[in-house]
Amino acid sequence: MDAWLAALTLSAGYNTRLVTLGALLLGAAAGMVGSHVLLRQRALISDAVSHATLPGLAAAFILIALVQGDGRWLPGLLLGAAASAALGLAAVQAMSRHTRLGEDSAIGAVLSVFFGLGVVLLTVIQAMPVAGQAGLSGYLVGATAGMLASEAYLLGAMALGLLVALVILRRPLLLLCFDPEHAWTQGVDLRRTDTWLLGLLLAVTVVGLRVTGLILIVALTIIPPVTARFWTDRPHTLVIIAAGAGALAGYLGVTLSSVHPRLPSGALVVLAAFTLFLVSLLIAPRRGLLAHLIDRYRFVRRVHCRQGLLALARNEAIFDPTTLRILRRLGHIRRDGLATAQGRAAARDAHHEERLWMHYRHAYPEEAAQLGARRLEPISRLLPPDLIDELERRLPLESGEK
Amino acid sequence: MSEFLMLSLVPLLVAGLCSLSCALLGNFLVLRRQALIGDAISHVALPGIVASFLLTGTLAAPAMLVGAGAAALITLALIELIRRLGRVESNAAMGVAFTTLFALGVLMLEWSGASGVHLDVEHALYGNLESLVWFEGTRPAALWDPQALAGLPPQLTRVAWVALLVGLFMMLAWRPLVLGSFDAAFAASQGARPGPTQLLLVVMVAVAAIAAFEAVGSILVIAMFICPPAAARLMTDRLSHQLAWSQAFALASAVLGVVLAGHGPGWLGIDAGLSAAGMISVVAGLILLLACRFGPRRHRAAPPPG
Repeated sequence: MDAWLAALTLSAGYNTRLVTLGALLLGAAAGMVGSHVLLRQRALISDAVSHATLPGLAAAFILIALVQGDGRWLPGLLLGAAASAALGLAAVQAMSRHTRLGEDSAIGAVLSVFFGLGVVLLTVIQAMPVAGQAGLSGYLVGATAGMLASEAYLLGAMALGLLVALVILRRPLLLLCFDPEHAWTQGVDLRRTDTWLLGLLLAVTVVGLRVTGLILIVALTIIPPVTARFWTDRPHTLVIIAAGAGALAGYLGVTLSSVHPRLPSGALVVLAAFTLFLVSLLIAPRRGLLAHLIDRYRFVRRVHCRQGLLALARNEAIFDPTTLRILRRLGHIRRDGLATAQGRAAARDAHHEERLWMHYRHAYPEEAAQLGARRLEPISRLLPPDLIDELERRLPLESGEK
Repeated sequence: MSEFLMLSLVPLLVAGLCSLSCALLGNFLVLRRQALIGDAISHVALPGIVASFLLTGTLAAPAMLVGAGAAALITLALIELIRRLGRVESNAAMGVAFTTLFALGVLMLEWSGASGVHLDVEHALYGNLESLVWFEGTRPAALWDPQALAGLPPQLTRVAWVALLVGLFMMLAWRPLVLGSFDAAFAASQGARPGPTQLLLVVMVAVAAIAAFEAVGSILVIAMFICPPAAARLMTDRLSHQLAWSQAFALASAVLGVVLAGHGPGWLGIDAGLSAAGMISVVAGLILLLACRFGPRRHRAAPPPG
């Protein structure tokens, strides 16, 4: 626990500090890129991209090992990974655009076939008398433990570059997701922006290979945006919150994994991201589960109250115990069930409102249907005054108005 | 000959049966645009297997299968939950669910030190076809010898049973499957029950995937589900023909994959073996590539969306 606190406050050693900062930047970049991909409804394309890095990684390892005997040279490996991932991405695009297969089949096919090729190359490596083979498995599930300072610098710089690119490209990217026509009139080239987006996704994946491993980098591009979705409906805010969630997940995960060498960093980052997701699912203000339950409870109470008051207005007996309890608590009826003066006034208002609503529903059925549960709120809050005047004029004069 | 019987026959049969049953089910996944459910189920096999190992202390196949099965069910439930509560598209929900469970699996694996035991990440991911040796297969007569047959690796019998089950499922659920894949509303109006059929299809996919894990590992099962049926889809417009093509492609991938992995390096003068599972998916991918380039029915009828 103390070790974790030390890591959290960036005082657990130079390397840990570097890696933590790198993971933070990576998480932010992944969250931002992932938000755009999510908004484009192509969330799982990151799975294809990440799995397609394996053959390039293995091939680069073989080449580097042939040159210098030990295949571990991060820049070369990342370059190889990027190249094969780009090929995979192109294959997915080509398959979904030019054949009648859906994008899901394209993603699945590229994912598995490229990974299979990578596995074949891994067995080739196993047969080669070179060093550094064991380090390759770190690219599957992440291994920040043995990272060199130079590697951490490289990753951090790349992540920072990604963030800058994302900030620069944020307007075209958002337009791409929501309003392609408007974007076109503004002179934004959509195909090029789409390519940029996928390129950024590729870059995030490649940078994340070392930190979270290729199988888990997908999580960092999907979970933070989904988490952010609970907090906002606005795309711009979504991207920012996703970046924050991703950064927080990277920070928590990597610091926790630095406590013990057997704790895998990638897995902990993902689990941290999921915890944030779970917390958001529960407590987010309007879209969270708790908020839903509270809203529902309030709605049920309002229905009971309204029905009870209407019954009072019509001089009907009320039998439902929950309705009686609610009316009693609001002070509209006495213990014995008789209406109080306050209750009679409220009943008159309720009756009046119901009649206004009836006329509104008659005159504007679609708008009334759209209001849904808000129908129980005071009418003066929902409709403009002139409309209410018009509805009032339509109320037929009844004899013996209660 | 005896070398073939001992070392190659069982891997060929296992790989063949696995790819046949997976491809059969995969036809409907491709038609329903649900190919990625295979992705999700394959990824969560790892945590399932690790959890069952930690709980039972054994790597025996029934425990592993139950563990993987339970993980698949939990994943499906989680996906539904996330989709409803989070109101995100099903692909995103799938992504959240299976990556989290996979991360949990990796954590359990590393933390418990189980990676030191036989259960390491690589085998669960890449499979182990090469290890299916039939020690009693010393001569051709062993094929009729009940005692020798009893020494066949249990993976073969498991995979054979699953293939039988899949075949049975296809025959019994044919009409609801077909109707539900093309027009769910019509299917419902005909009493073909698209909802339960969908659930049953996913369960069968999980069963076939789990049986295939041992052979080809979890990630490569996806290739078996998607590539042969996708290639078949590009060859014909008729469903029965598509199924036939998919079986042909699946068998070809399996046989070629095993042969190339086992004997390919030998032909090049290198004394080593390559991953059979990887080779199978590469061959399946090549077949798909050829179908994408030359398949008679590869073009869309309508212009692509967006």
